[in-house]
Amino acid sequence: MITLSEIKNAFLASIWFMFLTFPIMVIRVNTVENVIEWRWNNMIIVGIGSFFLSFLWSYLMKQKEMGGKKKSAEQEEHTPVTQKIFKEPRMYVPALVTLAILAAIFPFIFSMYQINIVTTALIYVTIALGLNIVVGLAGLLDLGYVAFYAVGAYSYALLNHHFGLGFWAVLPIGAGMATLFGIILGFPVLRLRGDYLAIVTLGFGEIIRLVLENWNEFSFGPSGIANIPRPGLFGIKLSLQGSTIYIYFLMIGIALFTIFMVNRLQDSRIGRAWLALREDEVACQAMGIDKTKTKLTAFALGATWAGLGGVVFAAKTTFINPASFTIWESVIILCVVVLGGMGSITGVIMGAIVLILLPEYLRAFSEYRMLIFGLVLVLMMVFRPGGIVSNVRRTYRFEDAKREA
Amino acid sequence: MEYFFELLLGGLTRGSIYALIALGYTMVYGIIQLINFAHGEIYMIGAFTGLIVISLLTLLGWNPIVVLIIASVVAVIYSSAYGFTIEKIAYKPLRQAPRLSALISAIGMSLFLQNYVLLAQTSDFLPFPCLIPDFEFWEPYSHIISSAEVVIIITTATVMILLTLLIKFTKIGKAMRATAQDKKMAMLVGVDVNRVISITFIIGSATAALGGVLIASHVGMINFYIGFIAGIKAFVAAVLGGIGSIPGAVVGSLVLGWTESFFTGYISSDYEDVFAFLFLVFILIFRPQGIMGRSETEKV
Repeated sequence: MITLSEIKNAFLASIWFMFLTFPIMVIRVNTVENVIEWRWNNMIIVGIGSFFLSFLWSYLMKQKEMGGKKKSAEQEEHTPVTQKIFKEPRMYVPALVTLAILAAIFPFIFSMYQINIVTTALIYVTIALGLNIVVGLAGLLDLGYVAFYAVGAYSYALLNHHFGLGFWAVLPIGAGMATLFGIILGFPVLRLRGDYLAIVTLGFGEIIRLVLENWNEFSFGPSGIANIPRPGLFGIKLSLQGSTIYIYFLMIGIALFTIFMVNRLQDSRIGRAWLALREDEVACQAMGIDKTKTKLTAFALGATWAGLGGVVFAAKTTFINPASFTIWESVIILCVVVLGGMGSITGVIMGAIVLILLPEYLRAFSEYRMLIFGLVLVLMMVFRPGGIVSNVRRTYRFEDAKREA
Repeated sequence: MEYFFELLLGGLTRGSIYALIALGYTMVYGIIQLINFAHGEIYMIGAFTGLIVISLLTLLGWNPIVVLIIASVVAVIYSSAYGFTIEKIAYKPLRQAPRLSALISAIGMSLFLQNYVLLAQTSDFLPFPCLIPDFEFWEPYSHIISSAEVVIIITTATVMILLTLLIKFTKIGKAMRATAQDKKMAMLVGVDVNRVISITFIIGSATAALGGVLIASHVGMINFYIGFIAGIKAFVAAVLGGIGSIPGAVVGSLVLGWTESFFTGYISSDYEDVFAFLFLVFILIFRPQGIMGRSETEKV
């Protein structure tokens, strides 16, 4: 049912995008040899691509509008399939058991490279769940989240370097340091409104990175810290492969712990206060919730997981430098949360798996990774602000008047 | 004392540079209360488009001043087109959505544009030819301030005056002010709000592109990442001056330019960016309405 006007629009869009991308995509000047490279095939790709994408765009837009109307008209409770699965023990118990067995035998079947990738994904699950507390539950956009990750990583690296502290000793210290930083940074900024808060946290994140980069005596500057020891297992010396597998299981443990904790937090009194704060600050205060305290706990608890993840990250890679902690790292973590579904734990786990594992396996597209991340953020916000697995709102049955998201 | 004047003039140039970018931020924020994160990227695209045009025309052997003018015009046209398109794709569908969604979308757009230029062009720093000639009549003063810097300062002043006139005295300026005050009410009295927002984006992008070409030819280097730090600093300037106010953006930019210039000149240049960020944090915490902005009370 493609109408003529749609074809016309798609055609116009394709012309427009060909015009728009012309200088950047088609011409490339080699300033060394002073030659101009004309890449006309790019223009054809853009033209054809935008022609078809514009159909998709208008189709999705229509879907979105219709979806909105349907919701307001029916007010019907609509649980997504994924949520139904989680409500039915007959379905999710076997699934979990299979998953557990898979996770347990995984490192003995696959190569070390694969184990490393999955460990990275698990680190992202942990820190993304932490960010989920701040962004998803409490609705505070934190763009400097990676700073806490850096605090964790540097705590381990520096404490180990100067005082010879081991991994297990630093794990709680690193998490504690991150929490402390969360409180210190959170205290002044939490009075700010949403978008200002985002920019200030971004500023703090960059300050911490720049200080790490410039303060050579303290952090060894841009060259970073190498030879960070891997975690020990009761003093047993592990081979490289052994310790990779060890970190993998360790990370599974930490991820499970995180999932458990975040899940409990979400249902606790403070978790519900976060949700209330996200929905309406003024109403929330009127209900007697201490705004500053609630925001601060969200900030600090979010930072804790980042610190934890940071310690493991330092132990896993055995080398850290400030370049690993740029603002775009924060954006990647944000992307994981947004894609998965803000506020939804299952969603965040799926988001981490999709965004961290897929680019590793689709090597051909790896250079487009960040491009796609950007696109994901925009498209998710436009078409599916709830994410892949949107969180089901807590509804109380005996009342009829409930509001949809 | 001479060192002091050097820093003073250096700060003035710096401030003018920030002002050209900050104007776009402040206009967009004034009208739809959105921090247009992709604004720095528009500036970067302007600089790249300018560089491509300049390289093309220089190879054909055109006169540098003509090349510079044509490059600026093309950069302005393209950046405006980008600004327009970005608004339509990433912000317009989110106008009713929570502000956080629009901000996340803006960050995504910024990431996308950076990598788009990175992939389509190059990740290396590209040399940007300095096309602003050393004017002969400026010879006696050129040891104090180069003619390129004079051109930048004059351009900023002109753009600012033109924009102020546009907003104060033209019909579209009136429509902009109305939209900024109350979108629904503006619509009721017959203002085409969508058009006004598009035009705001176009104007903001155009000044950013102009800035892009001028600054790149002053600094002499560009790469795909220049937009981020320039964008953040311009944002600091806009907030400092009072976001939403055009003279505020210029005042804020000058204040930021001078403080940065004196800070790097007298204290330390390693922590220049740290200083800018600290500045931002302190303003937002202690005076979020900025120097010339009005403080806003939250309506329930």
